[in-house]
Amino acid sequence: MLTNAILSGLTMGGMYALVAMGLTLQYGVSRIMNLAYGEFVIAASFVAFLLFTSGGLSPLVSLLIIVPAGFAVSYLVYGILLTPLVRRARSREALEADSILSTFGLLFIVQGLMLVFFGGNYTSYSYFNTPVQILGTTIAANRLVVLGFAVLFGAACYFFLMRTRTGVALRAVAVDPIAAGLVAVDVRWAAALAFALGGAIAVTGGVLVSMFLTFNANIGVVFTMKALIVVIMGGVGNVAGALAAGIILGLVESFVATFVDPGLTIAVTYAVFLAVLLVRPGGLFGTAK
Amino acid sequence: MKNLSKLRLSYALCAASLALIAASPALSQESVRIGYVVSKTGANAGGATTSTIPNYELWVHEINEAGGIQVGDQKLKIEVVEYDDRSSSEEAVRAVERLATQDKVDFILTPWGTGNNLAVGPIFDKYGYPQIAGTSVTDRAPDLAKRWPNSYWLLGTGGSYAEGFVDLLVKLREEGKIGDEVAMASIADGFGIELSTAGRTALQENGFKLVYDQTYPLGTQDLAPIVNEVKALNPDVFIAFSYPPDTLGLTDQARVLGFNPKIFYTGVATAFPLYKDRFKDAANGVVSLGGIDPNDEKVKAYIAKHKEVTGKEPDRWASFMTYAGLQALQQSIEQSGTLDKEKVSEVLRTGTFDTVLGNISFDNENRQVPNIFTVGQWQDGEFVGLVPTDKEGSGELVFPKPEWPAAQ
Repeated sequence: MLTNAILSGLTMGGMYALVAMGLTLQYGVSRIMNLAYGEFVIAASFVAFLLFTSGGLSPLVSLLIIVPAGFAVSYLVYGILLTPLVRRARSREALEADSILSTFGLLFIVQGLMLVFFGGNYTSYSYFNTPVQILGTTIAANRLVVLGFAVLFGAACYFFLMRTRTGVALRAVAVDPIAAGLVAVDVRWAAALAFALGGAIAVTGGVLVSMFLTFNANIGVVFTMKALIVVIMGGVGNVAGALAAGIILGLVESFVATFVDPGLTIAVTYAVFLAVLLVRPGGLFGTAK
Repeated sequence: MKNLSKLRLSYALCAASLALIAASPALSQESVRIGYVVSKTGANAGGATTSTIPNYELWVHEINEAGGIQVGDQKLKIEVVEYDDRSSSEEAVRAVERLATQDKVDFILTPWGTGNNLAVGPIFDKYGYPQIAGTSVTDRAPDLAKRWPNSYWLLGTGGSYAEGFVDLLVKLREEGKIGDEVAMASIADGFGIELSTAGRTALQENGFKLVYDQTYPLGTQDLAPIVNEVKALNPDVFIAFSYPPDTLGLTDQARVLGFNPKIFYTGVATAFPLYKDRFKDAANGVVSLGGIDPNDEKVKAYIAKHKEVTGKEPDRWASFMTYAGLQALQQSIEQSGTLDKEKVSEVLRTGTFDTVLGNISFDNENRQVPNIFTVGQWQDGEFVGLVPTDKEGSGELVFPKPEWPAAQ
């Protein structure tokens, strides 16, 4: 029972972490609180479903198409929709407020498009749903894949941010955009790049969760909410924090569901969230301001 | 907040333009004006686009293709005014009020779901529109039928589903096929609460032992812990009063984790074509609410027509009630020969109608269809009605549930 709970929590937590990593980049570096984030996740789920059912393309192969597309679309969204806001904003706070309102509109547009193309139906397909034996317990293979990808993406993002020149520039912008500009970092470029990377991670999450979750055009907000909790719990803009917070939440939910009462999972999620914020207001890996 | 008010404004403009389009040709009665409010977006959209919207479209299409409804000596085509309630009951109430007072439609079709139908009940009643609910399961149906005399509750009460299923279990136990131990999981929301309460009472009254009895919140994505725990208890019977995403999730996890009780029962969406498409052979033997007689000619014709017009099959539960309700409305308009709401209601209350559910009449205390299938089972690609066992066309339970087939 214990191994069951751990494995189940790790796979769920891996999914939370993966989805939250994109939002932490968008929010932490670009300072865009993207309320339409979950819609991008679900849009990718639909595209993966479409490619799988009509083209017979494995979701893992379709990542090769969907991830670059997600990157490009997010880059365009930032360039066309959000750059005017960035240019106009007098302060970071003003940009956050403006971006919340405009991405709230974007949420309805993306949701509306999905409703037009795919309808409001529940959608689900089965891929790589074979039982795998690990440590004497059984788990679905596709969930292990999601966990694997979460760790892989987490590691790649961490390496990129910590060890590359571009990564340092992104971190600099997250800490202080004005100072970053003074030392010749192109702030607007860095913000656009971070937003697009965040979008690419969002669609990766969407493709992967489509393998084992039932989704429809209206559940994007669930992902936005969960991701937002993980992002704030882990420390805004901190990829390692998102990874840790996501996995902690997954484990907590799974332990509560197994050993206490499945009815309390949501309550406990928020209790942990509050506790973390009380002890460390900047998030687990965040620095207090 | 500026954007928010703009949003409101654009909704209002949309509504106004819709109303204008709809209102212009209605000077003399050249058509029957039918209005409806359904959840095209929001949390309810999944259910509404499966059971409600396709049937409304099919019905309107069929009538208009045949030249219209016979009202007295005229044949009138249907003109539709529709609104989206965005899965909010406040919005549904407002829109129904608008249909009644501004659009002045002749009849209003009901919204999707138990909650919204309870919410709009007083408005239907206030303006004297018959409320024929095809997607509401509530134990209060008999009270509501008294309070709102023009309301009809085709899907019956939660109790009838739970009791029908427990009767089946009692019979199996008498035959020595199952023991006393039952595990039950339910969603902590309207349907799950109502059904699990009724189920718990019926199970305990009949001396069953609930070895697992837990609820889980709306939007639970990880169902593996529940299945793992229940599997360890090894009950003969597993019941889940679940919503569509968790119905699929629980089935999926049970299959992956190799949990195969003798009776495996899941909730809403088990009878959806989605379930069959998703699980194919693995659906065989799964028990749930609803069911049909697959050999009935009317049922076959309805499924074929539904597929032809809307491009997909109907679900094997609420779609049938919804469509039967529409057929009853149409026939009562034709029999009364008028669009007068009161006269049509009179016929609805007392008449007998030839529908996809057979010949039905609402002439009873609680304004329900007597004798609908409450328990069904997937058997070779069809969801066959089992209980009530004395109902014509009811099938035999396949027992025990076959092994889950190897991975797809």
